[in-house]
Amino acid sequence: MNAPSSIKPHYQLAVIGGGPAGLAAASTADRLGVDTVLLDEQWAPGGQIYRAITETPVRDQAVLGADYWRGADLVAGFRASKAQYVPGATVWSVSHGNEIGVSVAGVAQLFCADRVILATGAMERPFPIPGWTLPGVMTAGAAQILLKSCGMVAAGRVVLAGTGPLLWLIAAQYARAGAPVAALLDTTPRENWRAALTQLPAFLTSAYLRAGVALRREVGRRVPVIRDVRSLRVLGEDRAQAVAYQSGHAAERCIEADIVLLHQGVVPNLNLANAIGCRQVWQDTLLCFVPEVDAWGASNVEGVAIAGDGAGIGGAGIAAEHGRLAALDAAWRLGCIDAARRDAEAAACRQAVQRFAKGRDFLDRLHRPRQEHRVPTGDTLVCRCEEVTAQQILDTVGLGCQGPNQMKSFLRCGMGPCQGRLCGLTVTELIARARGVTPAQVGYYRLRPPIKPITLAELASLPKTEAAVNAVVRI
Amino acid sequence: MTASGTTTHDAAVVGGGLVGSAIAWGLARLGQRVAVLDEGDIAWRASRGNFALVWLQSKGLGMPPYAGWTKRSSDLWSGFAAELREETGVDAAFQRPGGFQLALSERELEARANTLRRLHNQPDMVPYSYEILDHAGVARMLPEIGPEVAGGSYCPLDGHCNSLRLLRALHIAMEQRGAHYLPEHHVEQIDHTADGFRLRHKNGALHAQRVVLAAGIGNARLAPMVGLRAPVRPQRGQIVVTERIRPFLGYPVSTVRQTDDGTVMLGDSLEEAGHDDTVGTGVTSVIADRAARMFPLLRRLNVVRSWAALRVMTPDGFPIYDQSDLYPGAFIITCHSGVTLAASHALALAPHLAAGALPDEFSAFSARRFDVPATA
Amino acid sequence: MFRRLPDPGAEEITVSIDGTPVTVRTGDSVAAVLLAAGRIQCRTTPVSGAARGSYCLMGVCFECLVEIDGVGNRQACMIRVAPGMAIATQNGRREAGR
Repeated sequence: MNAPSSIKPHYQLAVIGGGPAGLAAASTADRLGVDTVLLDEQWAPGGQIYRAITETPVRDQAVLGADYWRGADLVAGFRASKAQYVPGATVWSVSHGNEIGVSVAGVAQLFCADRVILATGAMERPFPIPGWTLPGVMTAGAAQILLKSCGMVAAGRVVLAGTGPLLWLIAAQYARAGAPVAALLDTTPRENWRAALTQLPAFLTSAYLRAGVALRREVGRRVPVIRDVRSLRVLGEDRAQAVAYQSGHAAERCIEADIVLLHQGVVPNLNLANAIGCRQVWQDTLLCFVPEVDAWGASNVEGVAIAGDGAGIGGAGIAAEHGRLAALDAAWRLGCIDAARRDAEAAACRQAVQRFAKGRDFLDRLHRPRQEHRVPTGDTLVCRCEEVTAQQILDTVGLGCQGPNQMKSFLRCGMGPCQGRLCGLTVTELIARARGVTPAQVGYYRLRPPIKPITLAELASLPKTEAAVNAVVRI
Repeated sequence: MTASGTTTHDAAVVGGGLVGSAIAWGLARLGQRVAVLDEGDIAWRASRGNFALVWLQSKGLGMPPYAGWTKRSSDLWSGFAAELREETGVDAAFQRPGGFQLALSERELEARANTLRRLHNQPDMVPYSYEILDHAGVARMLPEIGPEVAGGSYCPLDGHCNSLRLLRALHIAMEQRGAHYLPEHHVEQIDHTADGFRLRHKNGALHAQRVVLAAGIGNARLAPMVGLRAPVRPQRGQIVVTERIRPFLGYPVSTVRQTDDGTVMLGDSLEEAGHDDTVGTGVTSVIADRAARMFPLLRRLNVVRSWAALRVMTPDGFPIYDQSDLYPGAFIITCHSGVTLAASHALALAPHLAAGALPDEFSAFSARRFDVPATA
Repeated sequence: MFRRLPDPGAEEITVSIDGTPVTVRTGDSVAAVLLAAGRIQCRTTPVSGAARGSYCLMGVCFECLVEIDGVGNRQACMIRVAPGMAIATQNGRREAGR
């Protein structure tokens, strides 16, 4: 009845995610003799940052840039390894004993792995401003995906808005591709420059400096840039038609827009780790939750390690090194290598991490998003799926609701198909502000499998123990 | 919002779930000054695991008064929902079209028929009608059923509601009537004082003339403090929920119901798993399989969420309603049908709590029934 | 409001969008194809009927839900086009059995 799957019942190591961390982890593990499988939700390796790197129609390397094409070596290394690659594989559950629930081409199956490395990467931080749910409003990351995967660019009046290196990157890529951008509304708060100043020396001697300055110069020549943008909102009836904003102390202005691309940083994609029971902590420097892991990426859950941006935002270079470290640790714990070899190889990885980390503090401080763009008010939608507004959440805090999980019960906030990915951080910060406590004290949604939807038929098709049957069929 | 120190309440309700808040609103409605002490965002909260049924047909085998109490609540529910809607604008979406329990084999159907026959043959059993239907009989009312459905039991007095909105309505209503809802007020100790009780929490203490323990699993720890017993244990139940779809199911089935939001809830399960509310693929798979066999059109729907919660279970499965002889004014309320009984709790029970004593009709529900007789 | 950069040698197939045949590039996601065809809005929400379209294109926002080959609530960004595929915008709640 079900199509035969290439996934075996058991592996020594399952790597979940096909971005830099996952690719590096799987390549390294295989090299060290570990029986490894890499499950990739996408249909080709690269994750998001190296999306479509094996099949992009944008063959002129100058358009996407050198940083992107650097990923080709990582992919080539993985393909040369003997680690098994399963594309189109959506992992929806990892439960006790590392039993992994995965769905490929609409068929669900369970298999086991001695150890698991979660490399599920990052996603765009929510940008809850008025009008953010209008058709035509997308993330800068979405524009990058379209460019990389299909060679498509937004046309008409395209407005970029937000803060962060990715915004400048997509602006530059559009310029190189001959796609005009009407404006780049830089929401970086002026105060951030002062806060970032202490980290400037490290940034000045880092690799990010040259790249960053070159990008800004390139973009500045071709795109109108407006700085210190606040009070951003998108206007329109059934689609985006204009963007209103204030710059510095000037009065509100309004510009026409057909496509609005938003970006204010990326945050770890934590849903799978959360559902597994991995502890997470609030990281105030990056205004998000990160999983609690040790120096090898090991979480509090036996057998589960987390690597890459999914363990804390550090970028592709650091992600690959953390993937290697997690694989080294897994190989040692599985008895494939001894501790001496693990530590020897790890030394190089840790040095590379230090190199890549240089200058990131500066960027993190500089691009810390404005509070008003993270914590909305009034009728602005917080939960897009269930259409819950900021005011409704505040009113419910007023009723005594303490945290996001109670908020779910009161308002259905976070109960929609995205499982809180686009509202979780906003809800946590909103409640924290309203209660006068820290986000750490408020906490986050508690998730359970399936962390991606599977059909009822798929769920029904899974093996059932007698105990499970007896728990349900009680004659 | 806090009300500790010298202020004395008429009643302190420990627990802000469906049981506690129904009672609190019921008391506040009578003019009582009520405080509700609740825990924080992460707590056991059986209320999160309910199936939102307002259910009668399976209740009371082994304790006919429970069937009577349940029917009373079911009959009160419509007025209860209307009053809450009137007060808060929040509609608990109560519907009582009748409900089904479906059988996927002849053996299941026969067992069900026997159970209901025994239930209704009990002396002092409250009379109400029900039917055992074969496949064709069920299909006339539920045309979407699959071929494996052998039949089922139908009771015209069964129904369901939107339990999330019920809880929200109760919270809004009780606050509007002056009740003090105190979250993060885990009760550490209850002492008896000259004029009532002192409930100690981490930030101080609260005084009340009467105390009502409605803390679910927490009742086991609190009961002895007021001279009562609550032999309750956690019993895990798991639920699977699908995405929203257009209305297709006009009646609640005990294990499949479509909410007024359009999502389809699937249950149910019983596991003695201790204090463990993790979801297991095995149980959810069985739930999914049975639901898909009952209603094949559900097969292609996406499951968007599953969760587990811990029912508050007594040794015989029936509620405990008790008052303390040692410390008059202390009451304990525990059940695992907080939705069904919400109406009774608010409208029929609360007046007795306000008056300070439970009448004889509640003696069947006392925890004394669990005491081992002195002589064998 | 999206256009393709010139891509000689792109393999093309035909799909339909709300019954209208459209020529698309193989390997594209359904979401990309909708945007290329000018369909910025792909559905209305089941909660309020509000207009929505793709937002993240990486499978986390669940905004790009459309009906594909008769089955509703499919994430357009996670599915590649295939010859003869029938894509339809989705209004409100999905139908059971579809």
